Amino acid sequence: MTATTDPIVAQIAAADTRRRLSFRVTFVLTWVVLLGAFIVWLLTLPENSVTGRKPFDPAFIIEKLPFLLAGVPMTIMVSVASIVLAVVLALLGALGRLSRSAIVYGAASLYVSVVRGTPLIVQILFVFWAVPQIIPELSRVPAPIMGVVALAFNYGAYMTEIFRAGIQAVPEGQREAALALGMSDRRIMSRIVLPQAVRIVTPAIGNEFIAMIKDSALVSWIGVQELLWRARIEGSANFRSLEMYLTAALIYWILTMVLSLAQDRLEKRMARGDR
Amino acid sequence: MSVPLGGVVLEATDIEKFFGDNHVLHGVSLAMRKHETVMLIGRSGSGKTTFLRCLNFLEEPTRGSVAMGDLRVEADPLQKKGRSRRGDIRQLRTQTGMVFQEFNLFPHMSVLDNCIDAPINVKGVSKDEAVARAERYLDKVQMLEKRDEFPARLSGGQKQRVAIARALSMEPEVLLFDEPTSALDPELIGEVIVVMEQLAHEGSTMIVVSHEMGFAREAADRVLYLEGGLVVEEGPPEQVLDDPKEEATKLFLKRFLSEGAKTPTEAGPPPPPLGPPAGAPDVPDIPPGGHRGVG
Repeated sequence: MTATTDPIVAQIAAADTRRRLSFRVTFVLTWVVLLGAFIVWLLTLPENSVTGRKPFDPAFIIEKLPFLLAGVPMTIMVSVASIVLAVVLALLGALGRLSRSAIVYGAASLYVSVVRGTPLIVQILFVFWAVPQIIPELSRVPAPIMGVVALAFNYGAYMTEIFRAGIQAVPEGQREAALALGMSDRRIMSRIVLPQAVRIVTPAIGNEFIAMIKDSALVSWIGVQELLWRARIEGSANFRSLEMYLTAALIYWILTMVLSLAQDRLEKRMARGDR
Repeated sequence: MSVPLGGVVLEATDIEKFFGDNHVLHGVSLAMRKHETVMLIGRSGSGKTTFLRCLNFLEEPTRGSVAMGDLRVEADPLQKKGRSRRGDIRQLRTQTGMVFQEFNLFPHMSVLDNCIDAPINVKGVSKDEAVARAERYLDKVQMLEKRDEFPARLSGGQKQRVAIARALSMEPEVLLFDEPTSALDPELIGEVIVVMEQLAHEGSTMIVVSHEMGFAREAADRVLYLEGGLVVEEGPPEQVLDDPKEEATKLFLKRFLSEGAKTPTEAGPPPPPLGPPAGAPDVPDIPPGGHRGVG
């Protein structure tokens, strides 16, 4: 490389920097303006002619915010527990979907098909209300645990396909090299294929976790006292659903944005350390 | 060459292979003597790579058998035999080391771990012994100082030399080379060929599928020319390469040399991608029912 003294080089670089900066500033301003306009509009709504109340009361949000935030740990715990259990189910499901045994393949495929073909809310209600009809002891199991089981059962099926694709994305040559060294099928899977597949699917698991944060709201329907449950209780009791659902939505949004950011960082780090 | 040949260590008898209804190998036999280096040449689709892959059952032969010592594995196209045959195949594989066109190093393991994993976990060698062996062979291919690197940080030539060390670390009876320089940049071919020639001269038993005629002349005891799934001509390199008897061999060499004059490293027909030779039907990656290949 030769040192260039042509001033145009520095000028181009400076213009590039300016353009990037101006894009960022405008981007942030757009968000601030759009969101600000929405809030101002809410605050300036006229009083309801029947009740004589303002439709939007920020003081109520401030009053109930601690109560809502107290549901966030439950939301996160349910999501984390569900995703961990789902990963285990997905791994088993993926191995089943790649099995040479028609029975194992059939069972894994049935699991995936049933779960993917039915609504998540039905699965949650079924686990909580229908299954205890068969096994009465389960009616004593706390709702959060039943919720975790249902969410994991559902996500496990979707993630089965992610894991299967990840396993299949490991080049065939890896398997062949391991076979040529005399390794057993089991060892090839655990020592050669899976470690590489896990790296491939890690970003996808991150996406699933973010989706799980949002879908965990559905367990409010079986009385798990997480974020949405708290918003619904306070909102309907005080006829302040607008304030409560808006706040709940905002908290979910912040949670998922923070997680997306963390995931970006993680992916970049993994890409850098890629070997 | 410099080491006198010993008794037969590997014998492949009448190997036939069908890919679907494509008859790729029509009955190829090969008896390898200890310390012998045999080179398989032929155009793309001649069956040379398929034959090599049948020797360690990465490809299931349709007919024929492979024997090493007391071990003898017959073709089992209908998959009637079960577990004991699978064990025999694995045993066969521990006695044959394979070097692939695309190296196929394990990217999540260091160079050293690539070389000690199978000796420890497949052959049951102690960790200390495995490390000592791996270091010896890494030194032989001049990759010892990279023992703690990961494969992604190595050049193609370095990767292939590590792959050779990995195969050597199993201390196999026979080494199988499947177009070991075909995926390399031209300037990196030499370093791999040097290592292979050294191995041949030190008495390794080697079967090499390659287009490197220089290697054949320098290191091979025997050259087999394959065409249409048959051995058309076989003999010492100076005879097969310089004074071929068969018209087919002459034609191949003539074409090869004229193309080779232009681009020495890409001479001859382009090597087939890993897997079945050109013309063979594509084998689906992994059918819904399970993995391809044998286990």
